[in-house]
Amino acid sequence: MVDTAQAPPLSAPLDISFDYTRSLGPVLGRFMTGLRDHRVYGGRTSDGRVHVPPLEYDPLTHAPVTDLVEVRPTGTVVTWTWMSRPLEGQPLTHPFGWALIRLDGADTALLHAVDAGSPDRMHTGMRVRVRWAADPVGHIRDIACFEPGEALPDASPGEPADATETPVTMMTTPIRLHYRHTTSVEEDRYLRALAQGRLLGQRCPVCRKVYVPPRVCPADGVPPEEEVAVADRGTITTFCVVNVPFAGQRLEPPYVVAQVLLDGADIPLSHLIVGCPADQVRMGMRVAAVWREPERWSTTPENIAHFAPTGEPEAPYESYADQL
Amino acid sequence: MTRRVAVIGFAQSPCLPEAGTTSGVETLVPVLREALAGAKMNRRDVDFWCSGSSDYLAGRAFSFVNAVDAIGAFPPICESHVEMDAAWAFYEAYVKILAGEAETALVYGFGKSSAGRLRRVLALQLDPYATAPLWPDSVSIAALQARLALDAGLISERDMAEVAARSRADAATNPYAQVAGQTTAERLLAEPYLADPLRAHDCAPVSDGASALVLAADDRARRQHDRPAWITGAAHRVDPQGLGERDLTTVPSATAAAAAVDLPDDLDVAELHAPFTHQELLLRTALGLGDKVRINPSGGALCGNPMFSAGLSRIGAAAAQVMSGRARRAAAHATSGPALQQNLVCVLEAQR
Repeated sequence: MVDTAQAPPLSAPLDISFDYTRSLGPVLGRFMTGLRDHRVYGGRTSDGRVHVPPLEYDPLTHAPVTDLVEVRPTGTVVTWTWMSRPLEGQPLTHPFGWALIRLDGADTALLHAVDAGSPDRMHTGMRVRVRWAADPVGHIRDIACFEPGEALPDASPGEPADATETPVTMMTTPIRLHYRHTTSVEEDRYLRALAQGRLLGQRCPVCRKVYVPPRVCPADGVPPEEEVAVADRGTITTFCVVNVPFAGQRLEPPYVVAQVLLDGADIPLSHLIVGCPADQVRMGMRVAAVWREPERWSTTPENIAHFAPTGEPEAPYESYADQL
Repeated sequence: MTRRVAVIGFAQSPCLPEAGTTSGVETLVPVLREALAGAKMNRRDVDFWCSGSSDYLAGRAFSFVNAVDAIGAFPPICESHVEMDAAWAFYEAYVKILAGEAETALVYGFGKSSAGRLRRVLALQLDPYATAPLWPDSVSIAALQARLALDAGLISERDMAEVAARSRADAATNPYAQVAGQTTAERLLAEPYLADPLRAHDCAPVSDGASALVLAADDRARRQHDRPAWITGAAHRVDPQGLGERDLTTVPSATAAAAAVDLPDDLDVAELHAPFTHQELLLRTALGLGDKVRINPSGGALCGNPMFSAGLSRIGAAAAQVMSGRARRAAAHATSGPALQQNLVCVLEAQR
């Protein structure tokens, strides 16, 4: 066995993304519709204060906010900082200022970016104006950023919104996050053994159960210690037939996903059953791993393409009853 | 008669810039073991388990379920989870015991802050309509708050540097700290800005780690520990989400929580969860802490800030002061959300 004691545990990039689609409701819908039309609306609460962005409910009366009033696309910086190395997703890719900006006509401040060029140009009390995005859609990013200065001479409030334009009711925000996923020492050894075509279990020092893949024993709360080789064949404890198509599906339904209790293990693992019609898979059926070609092996459970029936007699129910 | 609840055990992992698996299970195993040993209990003696962590740190759904392995969840246990700092899990467990539904509880928090880009990940706790889509990072938001306090003349950059210098000096005797050492405000102020007006020393480090706390009621607490840290008050309050909706130089929710627990003015020590130097200064004012109160003898979050356990660790550090006899009366504070939006205060006392 390769001595992996000195090597850091396996890790790999994990990039996840999701487009969050949110319904806007009556207040934020009008706010975002306004941004699409190059207008900024605030919400007036019962105390007469104008909030930008608007609140959906009045914090004093708890009544829905219905009084939306237009404020100016110019404002004053209330506080600021300097972003010298912008992060992914932020409004500008070159250095910029973050600021809380009180728009003219508003009583609260809006957070946004200020394209000031240099921190020397940023100061509390500085005057800024909206820079609109090229293709407004009804999103906070319709404000591309703010820039130093007063309203442009031709910056009359935009034309009244075209009555035929539909109000904005939804917004979509793509979220992308990047991680480095790191395995445990036990998972690391399991994955490195897989790369050599071996299935490695690990035994809980307390209850003596063998876990594949290894994990902290959920019954005893202790990490496994002793490594145990387990067979690449075993018994189907339970299974389901997948009939529903979904995005990213690799096999054509119907197909079978089963819990396979490997010989020598005390906990089943999930895998695909291929090699017989879905309606012939049974609890207790004996199956064996079908490995991909060794040239393609790496530190992944995908080295096993699937499990296939061996033709051995069915295992008696008692032999796997405790693993259901 | 009203039940009394005490902290009878606390343990933490070292705060490290990068440690362990994404799931954090193996970091928790020794921490749980040590916390239980301190309380002279084994895991079967725990009536209720409650944890704090976040899928956003791990980058996967239901990430806390992995950690349940570390507590040995078979046969079934009574367990709960908050997607917040585990200080709020502590609050849930405290209420659970007060309600008579448990006599003992173990609270734990964990997270691998370094798995992603923390200051960017934290943008996702902001208002999802008008704020989060701009990806304002946590350090920049703290900087906006710091400048407001500076502009208002409430604090100075020197005050902030002195908080950092004192914290680092105190952390020199804390084996779990990530940042420690002797320095001076002058030396720190000579460093460049990280996010004007914040310098690196004004910001907590990115830390991986975990901590755990054991609670017990009444006689059970007395049986398990010679000197339990009795919880004589615990409360949490929250301020509005919109960053422009509140005066960021005040912390009304911390003040309200302090009022709710009737925060005594003869505290020996207070552990404040302030991930930025200016936030400690704002909190001292908001909580009405006088100059006699010893602040953060552990070095505080500025010297080790494992997300989702740093707040719980403040309660643990304050309780440890009482359990060891170093303090008679201590306060602990935890925060959650941007710019001190949500705050928890509790009081721990030697005698009840």
